[in-house]
Amino acid sequence: MKTYTHSVTLDKDLCQGCINCIKRCPTEAIRVREGKAYIISERCIDCGECIRVCPHHAKKAVYNTLADYTGYKHLVALPAPSLYAQFNNLKDPAPVLAGLLKIGFDSFFEVAKAAELISRATGKIWDKMPKPVISSACPAVVKLIKVRFPRLVDHVLPLVSPMELAARLAKKEVMEKTGLKKEEIGCIFISPCPAKITEINNPIGSKNSSVDGAVAMKDIYPLLLGAMKDISQPPDITAGALGVSWAAGGGESEGIGNTDNYLACDGIENVIRVLEELEDRRFSNIDFVELNACPGGCVGGVLTVENPYIAKTKLKNLGKYMPKSLNSLGKSIPTEMLWDTNLEYSPVFELQGDRIQRFMAYSRLEELLAGLPGLDCGFCGAPTCRCFADDVIRGKAKKSDCVVIMRRQMDEIKSIPE
Amino acid sequence: MMDAIKFVYTVPGDDFSAAGQASADLKSKLKTMGVDPKSLRNIAISLYEGEINLAIHAGGGQITVLVYPDKVQMFLDDEGPGIADIPLAMTEGYSGASDAVRSLGFGAGMGLPNMKKYTDEFDIQSTVGQGTHIKMAVYLKD
Ligand SMILES: Nc1ncnc2c1ncn2[C@@H]1O[C@H](COP(=O)(O)OP(=O)(O)OP(=O)(O)O)[C@@H](O)[C@H]1O
Ligand code: SF4
Ligand SMILES: [Mg+2]
Repeated sequence: MKTYTHSVTLDKDLCQGCINCIKRCPTEAIRVREGKAYIISERCIDCGECIRVCPHHAKKAVYNTLADYTGYKHLVALPAPSLYAQFNNLKDPAPVLAGLLKIGFDSFFEVAKAAELISRATGKIWDKMPKPVISSACPAVVKLIKVRFPRLVDHVLPLVSPMELAARLAKKEVMEKTGLKKEEIGCIFISPCPAKITEINNPIGSKNSSVDGAVAMKDIYPLLLGAMKDISQPPDITAGALGVSWAAGGGESEGIGNTDNYLACDGIENVIRVLEELEDRRFSNIDFVELNACPGGCVGGVLTVENPYIAKTKLKNLGKYMPKSLNSLGKSIPTEMLWDTNLEYSPVFELQGDRIQRFMAYSRLEELLAGLPGLDCGFCGAPTCRCFADDVIRGKAKKSDCVVIMRRQMDEIKSIPE
Repeated sequence: MMDAIKFVYTVPGDDFSAAGQASADLKSKLKTMGVDPKSLRNIAISLYEGEINLAIHAGGGQITVLVYPDKVQMFLDDEGPGIADIPLAMTEGYSGASDAVRSLGFGAGMGLPNMKKYTDEFDIQSTVGQGTHIKMAVYLKD
């Protein structure tokens, strides 16, 4: 079995063992053990929340730099639409695309173009889907649904992400143009977030990704700033405002065209709340749900530079001068856009065993919890007393890891007369 | 028979923003217990409706949940105005809700019918001027 590789990791030297990250992790995937944080792989959705909150910058996203991608004969840049929102006074993305060609890429394929095609494909698959249809563009959200919301798995749009589609189409295009082999072409995504980088190693809806690597937007940004000066012949843009608008929350929904009855929500805590209510069928008249783990959408990704709300405004202004859309699809959806592997629920938060065993285990959990102080102090290394009790029941922690219990036990020993 | 796991929730009558907390809390607990998704949804929907009714129509009340390996029982008790005509209240689309309540998006008259529809056992007793008592159960599957 291929192991799941995350791109969010911990720098042990920088970690002070404080409890900021364990408290903020939306899936309770982090514990502090022996003074250092560690991430429980099956639970991590790579949302980047811990990177945001770590005051010691010990939580990091792992990614390469451009200089690492030397083994290819042709390097294609796959700029996420959020990249365009990082710069001032753009009338269209052409200067950014020109900059990419100057800093070492041989060509580019706009992810915004792939996004426009996905908007079209969504319209075509629409009638076959249970409503509401949930967007599959944010990998952190898809992973969250996979581990926590079994009843919503069938609602997730079974189309590959714009990043993945961009790589597939780019490879084809470059192969035709240059005669190079697939392996000789490197498709590098310019990423706003660790979740997208993780998606490359653990693709959603397919076994292998055509994306060969990723670089962080914030690393490319300074290079581009320099390269975007003195551009004589900017290339033609290949996507319109529609594709570019995917960078901010609500952009994807606007582009669907099948319905106005959509809900767009961003920020992981809000996303969880919406998913809970969706699971209980509380929004009966909504047709489409767009969820982004980051505040404001991808413009709020942890690897971006600009403040997400300013970026959103820039994006809006950019869209004003651009054509609406530059891409359309034929009658049917090409297979390269469709998932070939279904999304399956993986119950990582549930207790294991048959119904009786789970009941007994849960019963012990509640009993144990009733004896804990209920302070949620985090000293045991778990975010809450409940989570700690859960760990103990699963054999992942010892009862005496709770400082209050430990002290009680010490007091009892002391009170025994000699 | 194994001892039931008991949860008790107090539903305030004046705080609409808190409505839904009990059912959300129960749902997350039962998820940890690995209750099958369909039963879980039935429990979450029916308890949510009951909880909202307590907050809106009864000025608050109490929810007691008993979890067994094979079923989840839910008791909703209030000392509110009571219901004069239970069959009428149980009719789909009937609502005695005020315009103020309707403006909040409630009052479609689907709460009680749905509680009955989504549960395996449903019983309602009410006395005008004294209060309402509802007992529901959802059977769990493997
Ligand atoms: N606990 C209660 N105490 C007093 N009256 C109640 C109680 N529960 C329900 N009722 C009455 O029964 C009616 C029907 O309840 P039901 O939950 O089916 O619909 P609703 O609450 O009006 O609308 P909805 O639940 O669809 O938002 C209510 O309008 C109210 O008059
Ligand atoms: S919202 Fe966008 S930037 Fe944030 S995790 Fe999801 S895909 Fe990445
Ligand atoms: Mg009701």
